[in-house]
Amino acid sequence: MTEAKTIDKTGIDIQKIRADFPILSRKVNGKPLIYFDNGATAQKPLPVINALDHYYREQNANIHRGVHTMSQEITVAYENARATVQKHLNAKLPSEIVFTSGTTESINLVAHSFGKKFVSAGDEVIVTAMEHHSNILPWQQLCEEKGAILKVVPINDAGELIMEEYKKLLNPKTKIVAVTHISNTLGTVNPVKEIIALAHAQHIPVLVDGAQSVPHMAVDVQELDADFYCFSGHKLFGPTGVGILYGKEKWLNELPPYKVGGGTIKTVSFEKTEYADVPLRFEAGTPHIAGGVGLAAAIDYVNAIGLDHIAAYEQELLIHATEQLQKIPGVKIIGTAKNKASVISFVVEGIHAFDLGTILDQLGIAVRTGHHCTQPLMAHYCVQGTVRAAFAFYNTKEEIDQFIKGLERAINMLK
Amino acid sequence: MIFTSEKKMTIEETEKEITEEFEMFDDWMQKYEYLIDLGKSLPVISEEYKTDDKIIKGCQSRVWLHSELKDGKIVYTADSDAIITKGMVALMVRVLSGHTPEEIMNAKLGFVEKIGLTQHLSPTRSNGLLSMIKQMKLDALAYKTRG
Repeated sequence: MTEAKTIDKTGIDIQKIRADFPILSRKVNGKPLIYFDNGATAQKPLPVINALDHYYREQNANIHRGVHTMSQEITVAYENARATVQKHLNAKLPSEIVFTSGTTESINLVAHSFGKKFVSAGDEVIVTAMEHHSNILPWQQLCEEKGAILKVVPINDAGELIMEEYKKLLNPKTKIVAVTHISNTLGTVNPVKEIIALAHAQHIPVLVDGAQSVPHMAVDVQELDADFYCFSGHKLFGPTGVGILYGKEKWLNELPPYKVGGGTIKTVSFEKTEYADVPLRFEAGTPHIAGGVGLAAAIDYVNAIGLDHIAAYEQELLIHATEQLQKIPGVKIIGTAKNKASVISFVVEGIHAFDLGTILDQLGIAVRTGHHCTQPLMAHYCVQGTVRAAFAFYNTKEEIDQFIKGLERAINMLK
Repeated sequence: MIFTSEKKMTIEETEKEITEEFEMFDDWMQKYEYLIDLGKSLPVISEEYKTDDKIIKGCQSRVWLHSELKDGKIVYTADSDAIITKGMVALMVRVLSGHTPEEIMNAKLGFVEKIGLTQHLSPTRSNGLLSMIKQMKLDALAYKTRG
């Protein structure tokens, strides 16, 4: 194959990209790894691995408080990472970017701090039927504590939000709407811009769970007009343990601290503490400095490829996988939204997802099986769990064909 | 799979027998096909025992376990909704059922490693098997304390 031929019509040079991800050349159970568990966590390209290596070899020092050179150097690098995230999301200010441990913590932070100040007994919080447990439980707990009511936007059988029902749920008691941008289980891309506009018409802020969207598409928080936007570094090809909460300045300034401690203060006495300005007010303790630097490397990496190219290439993978899966008797795809990201969930009649996952694993194919932390959604479809294949831009149609063969083999063994 | 008190083999002997059965297989395919067959042949647990209090919750596949004491020996019946888990469940029942609480509590169950299925005992597999073994031993302890 000549070099020119490796570039797909979507602009993706698959051979070059795959060479950037060392883990893709390992074997699992004696077979070449086919990694389709990208919805759970994505693999890391060399620039991210090198950034972590470089950090621990050359840069390790604590940030923000040291007068010595290394502390100042890494403070600059960490704040540059914040600026990289700001630019990536097109946030207005770097101070609108809060480093957290991940999407889950970002949502917990808002549920706690926003809830503390703005939610009272009888108020309502809106989530949707397709949320990850991480975008249900913090709100459920808040509602229990405050005597507020959790309202749920229902979905149709294709796995799309029923917008008419959403409109009916919005009312003066609604204090916040929390919605996922892309469903981790179904792949549905929700019309968050419209969801936000409808809420804003009634002066209700919206939090968007972007854990699954940020790896697949360009996100512009100003264009969406999102009040809060959360994502995790590790699903965006960055390190685990680092994530982002974007919050509009006007909201972040209003919110009381979440975790408190070192780094969050201006002055402390036993009588009174004055907290620092945003975002430091929300970043208690020594943060995951290496994670922040690694996340910036990951963002630079995907931007060098181009998220538009990535989205176009992944759509091809999704279409190919959907066509192939539909040919297998007994396979039922769960989630058939018109606007879908490269995530495909399915069940096979009479066969447990766990069994399929176990046999596929023997063939070196990593998929996710189970409820994907969306038990209410599983209940909607009356299934115990599904098999989920989530594709990244380093996956190929050839891998999908191997996966289909493996699946047919597993079905033959198990039926 | 129900073994009566006439069973002669010790737990170790049954473990050895299973290990030898698995040694005949050349590759993982045969091993899993055998497990799947075991799963299919495990008698269906009586629906009266498939209740929520008999369920051992794994993250993914579910296991139901029922135990009774007969002539000083424990008889287990069990089931799972996933066929591979059910095959593993069948092996556990074959090894432990029909033994005294004391014998069950002391069982090392090294055969799982020998037949190359330890991955099913890792807590991350979340298939309920590890919890099932724990529950089998807890039941044995309960009968011993009672008895």
